[in-house]
Amino acid sequence: MITRSDRFSWRSCVLFSFALVCVMLLCICAGSVSIPLADTLTALWNTLWGLEVPQGISKNIILNVRLPRVLNVALVGAALSLCGAAMQGLLRNPLADGSTLGVSSGAALGAVAALALGVKLPGIPDGGVMLTAMASAFLSLVLILSLAYVLDRSLSTHSIILIGVIFSMFASSVINLIISFAQEHIKSITFWTMGSLSGTGFSHTRILAAALLACGVIILRYGRELNAFAIGEDNARHIGVNVKKVKLIILITVSVLIGICVSIAGSIGFVGLVMPHMTRMLTGPNHKRLLPTALFSGAIFLLLADLAARTLLSPVELSIGVVTSLVGAVAFIIIFCQTRKAR
Amino acid sequence: MLNAQNITVQYGEHTVVDHLSFQLQEGQWLMLVGPNGAGKSTLIEAIAQGVLYTGTIQLENRDIRRFRAAQLAQKIGVLSQKNAVGYAYTVEEVVSLGRYAYTAGFLSARDDDGKQQVEHALELTGLTDLRHASVLTLSGGELQRTFLAQIFAQNPQILILDEPANHLDLIYQKHIFSLIQQWLHQPGRAVISVVHDLSLAKKYGTHAVLMDQGKSVSQGTVDKVLTPQNLQAVYHMDVYQWMQDMLSQWPA
Repeated sequence: MITRSDRFSWRSCVLFSFALVCVMLLCICAGSVSIPLADTLTALWNTLWGLEVPQGISKNIILNVRLPRVLNVALVGAALSLCGAAMQGLLRNPLADGSTLGVSSGAALGAVAALALGVKLPGIPDGGVMLTAMASAFLSLVLILSLAYVLDRSLSTHSIILIGVIFSMFASSVINLIISFAQEHIKSITFWTMGSLSGTGFSHTRILAAALLACGVIILRYGRELNAFAIGEDNARHIGVNVKKVKLIILITVSVLIGICVSIAGSIGFVGLVMPHMTRMLTGPNHKRLLPTALFSGAIFLLLADLAARTLLSPVELSIGVVTSLVGAVAFIIIFCQTRKAR
Repeated sequence: MLNAQNITVQYGEHTVVDHLSFQLQEGQWLMLVGPNGAGKSTLIEAIAQGVLYTGTIQLENRDIRRFRAAQLAQKIGVLSQKNAVGYAYTVEEVVSLGRYAYTAGFLSARDDDGKQQVEHALELTGLTDLRHASVLTLSGGELQRTFLAQIFAQNPQILILDEPANHLDLIYQKHIFSLIQQWLHQPGRAVISVVHDLSLAKKYGTHAVLMDQGKSVSQGTVDKVLTPQNLQAVYHMDVYQWMQDMLSQWPA
């Protein structure tokens, strides 16, 4: 017996926000140079109110290095987790995620191609890269889904993932190829396949926040429709969901978010797979609760993963994707076994 | 209420429903009868706008294609044959989704009746005690009743049911069929259902369409359509004799 309310309660919102802030503070304090919590709080508080930050506090590290990075990690984690949750509902597939479906690799391929060809959008720095990444993410998603549909009309769990993985490998090798021809101005292949948020600044925070706000509102509004899809696409149609329209909107929104995340942070695997799954154990499958909770849990998870990547082998910094993939691969197998058992 | 003319559905080269026409009037319970592969479920999917078809289906003298999805769902409730749920939703959550058509849209409207309709639907189908149970733990019959309850919550004017007796034991078969019969008593309502049990079709149906290989072999009132001769022609066996045999297994 499960008793749950239909909505994301204010109590959980406050609780999760508190946890998120705590983890963010922890991530600002910890690192190759560790900073006392009091210093961090003072620096943040004083800057917020326009006061002078006292001497002796590593203001630069706190405000210009760690704070933007922590904010970016949280935003990317929240976005990826939300996308994963939305796709798992839409495709009725608990293994769906940007990385397992090959969307992240598609976005990375678009970004790398745009960098190599020098695609630019006037006015917005990196705009061309982001736009290409979004378009490429959407095209990959459409390609993968239609391929899966041709192979297997029921869009079964396993055939989509199989095609996604093959597409990912293909995209990675093309990325590798492009990079070896145009080494000069493109970040390393490790960045595009494993991801990293080191060196990102407030300009990225603004873009990520705006994208997450816009796309997040859309996805959260479609919670009920996602519930219907998660129960079954036929059932969704029968109860009056405009399935084609909703599907298209969700797929575009997810592609936009993943495209932006990938062009800023590279493709960070498995966040969108693991966190929605763990969140679902807590909230149940109802997307009205699942989606907002997944935002928080995704942010917290990626913050901790980033912290681990920075500190485990300090001073060497691991790619953040190394940590998430280690966790994610294990989770993938567990979820895979569960779905096998369920049928 | 519903007027279907020349419905044809093709999967590639294969014609599944072949120029089929029928009409449904208020108060009728139309039984779609025929052997496996006759195109009954496909015909239902065509009415529910789930497959591409040629021909026209008019609902209240208006082309059914011109209804918005939510509008159509307020008029027609569909119970399909495959109802498996992948995630651990509760019975109540699934049934409540039946109210979607009344609150659809980006800014959802208020649904004042909603709660009451859901409550009523749970009660009718005997699911009140199971409302918080996860659908993954239900038996086939309980799941079937859950989706029936969803349709009752949807409160449409026409019920389209693909094998409503599927997975139901005798008690619930009787219960659900009487329930639908009662539901039909109110004005402005009609039912179309695919039923394999010919006795059920004959007992509860008012009208029938006998289908074979996508075509309508005979249609009209149940008594006129479901005759031993008609059935023999479609099923290629003496259906009447078979039923007698079955009954004779039970000495009075």
